[in-house]
Amino acid sequence: MSGQGMSGQDQLWEVFVRSRRGLSHTHAGSLHAPDAEMALRNARDLYTRRQEGVSIWVVPSSAVTASSPDEKDPFFEPSADKPYRHPTFYEVPEGVKNL
Amino acid sequence: MTRAFKNAATALGDDALVLAQRLGEWSGNAPTLEEDVALTNIGLDLLGQARFLLSLAGDEDELAYLREEREFRNVQLVEQPNGDFAHTIARQLYFSCYQELLYRELASGDSQTAGLAAKAVKEVAYHRDHAVQWTLRLGDGTADSHERMRRAVDALWRFTGELFAPVEGLDVDLPALRGEWLATVSQVLERATLTLPTGPDRTAWAAGAGRQGVHTESFGRMLAEMQHLHRSHPGATW
Amino acid sequence: MTAIQDTPGAAGAVGLQAAFDAALANDERIEPRDWMPDKYRATLIRQIAQHAHSEIIGMQPEANWITRAPSLRRKAILMAKVQDEAGHGLYLYSAAETLGVSRDELLDKLHTGRQKYSSIFNYPTLTWADVGAIGWLVDGAAITNQVPLCRCSYGPYARAMVRVCKEESFHQRQGFESLLALSRGTEAQHAMAQDAVDRWWWPSLMMFGPPDADSTHSAQSMAWNIKRHSNDELRRRFVDICVPQAEALGLTLPDPDLRWNEERGHYDFGAIDWDEFNEVLRGNGPCNEQRLANRRRAHDEGAWVREAAFAYASKHMEAKG
Repeated sequence: MSGQGMSGQDQLWEVFVRSRRGLSHTHAGSLHAPDAEMALRNARDLYTRRQEGVSIWVVPSSAVTASSPDEKDPFFEPSADKPYRHPTFYEVPEGVKNL
Repeated sequence: MTRAFKNAATALGDDALVLAQRLGEWSGNAPTLEEDVALTNIGLDLLGQARFLLSLAGDEDELAYLREEREFRNVQLVEQPNGDFAHTIARQLYFSCYQELLYRELASGDSQTAGLAAKAVKEVAYHRDHAVQWTLRLGDGTADSHERMRRAVDALWRFTGELFAPVEGLDVDLPALRGEWLATVSQVLERATLTLPTGPDRTAWAAGAGRQGVHTESFGRMLAEMQHLHRSHPGATW
Repeated sequence: MTAIQDTPGAAGAVGLQAAFDAALANDERIEPRDWMPDKYRATLIRQIAQHAHSEIIGMQPEANWITRAPSLRRKAILMAKVQDEAGHGLYLYSAAETLGVSRDELLDKLHTGRQKYSSIFNYPTLTWADVGAIGWLVDGAAITNQVPLCRCSYGPYARAMVRVCKEESFHQRQGFESLLALSRGTEAQHAMAQDAVDRWWWPSLMMFGPPDADSTHSAQSMAWNIKRHSNDELRRRFVDICVPQAEALGLTLPDPDLRWNEERGHYDFGAIDWDEFNEVLRGNGPCNEQRLANRRRAHDEGAWVREAAFAYASKHMEAKG
């Protein structure tokens, strides 16, 4: 138990919802629950009251490893100077199709 | 619409309406905010079922607001006061296990309620799951919660026999459902480290019970609260 | 997700402040793990917690009528609405938790009166029409306040508000519809609707907070892109929206000074009783004690249930290994 909250009674969970088949699960928010089974049910009641989902994942927040802001530059800057990874980098003569 | 069919629709509609009313009393009072949302979800499902069923029998509001206590046909189990959370969960466990079996039977038949039952059986399966999860946690939680859950399961047991009494106009063999209900409930209680109550499952009174319009004392107060405003403005629309 | 505040060395602090300022200047969002000034964090915690508490306490005046709703349709609508409020409280507590506080801490502060909730919920719901008036006026004022918060600089708060605003769109409409039914109903129903509007109008205007000149937090919040419009500006917008709606309802607003000002292009309205506002804020409203006592009671009575769920989880987690 990661001891979220002063009383240590429940854990914080991150909720991911698949809005319809064919789409991936996206982060919807978080919630409290004493265990995974209740987290799943709480997520259903809290995040899909208006038919927002067909499938739910819950993950203990403590299990998420995030890149920190300090890593921002080394992590993400190097990809900025590689325009050749994008199709718009290349010149295509007029009239050439299906490329 | 035959009189017998209306009787059946009213009985099932009243079950759903009265339990929804009781669950509505929890709004803002649940042990956690998440549970507040969960109990209201169940209440809303039941209210939807009630409105559909009562509309088959007549005007939903006339039936809900203008009948006297003796005209209501719900089982006594659903009108029992919320008590502590354990009592509410025990009531939910007994009733949702019953309702799931009942709707499953109705859904497979060809009565006018088959369509509703097919939709409602999914709702009720979730209600049962909710009750089971909490029965496990309260039964197998702390010594205090175990004792409270034991008391609740015992206290409500005597209202369970009525669930399986035949209902006029209802095309379901209710007595035949009791075996499966008992098996499900016993299994859940066992997993929750609780034991199946051994006392009588009905009271000894020849007048009958809820299906005959004979209710418990707290029901009159519940109705008084529910009906008061509507009755204070005869003929008004809201 | 839980925020871990990265503690920069003295040299790094200046750069971090510059990065934060630049993000605000570009109208970018601040995210939980970004560096932020302590005061920005504290302001957000205070505001989001107060907002969450308001949703939770705000359930009480309306839940007061669930068991007495005069038709099954209205009962279903009201139950769904009060339930939404619990949900909104939960979204907001989650947003606050990204700033490094726990929900238990925030609830404890609410229960001990160290954090506030909106004063509007310290007024009683005396008749059924109050439920309609809350939907129309109180939710209307809340939406006017909340829509700009969807663009607030703190990402998790803004995202929570997008969800809240989307769900709340039915809240105001159901209130209006309910009041309209009363206004067009019997004489007694019409009188009930008028009485409710008479009692809720002024407190609703107070929901936008003190006049700009007296608002202690406003300037800094605007600079931080937490707040996008001033109290008075939002209040004026709300009055302009309500006047024609009141006419459509066939109800009057209890303000003899309310009239269209051609020159300003807005309605002029009478003076707000700020003494009442301050007194209610101080704890002397009609329901302050009752609302807090109810909340504490529900929380205390639920303690054994939360303990049971925790005990069960601990046992079965060990069993699973």
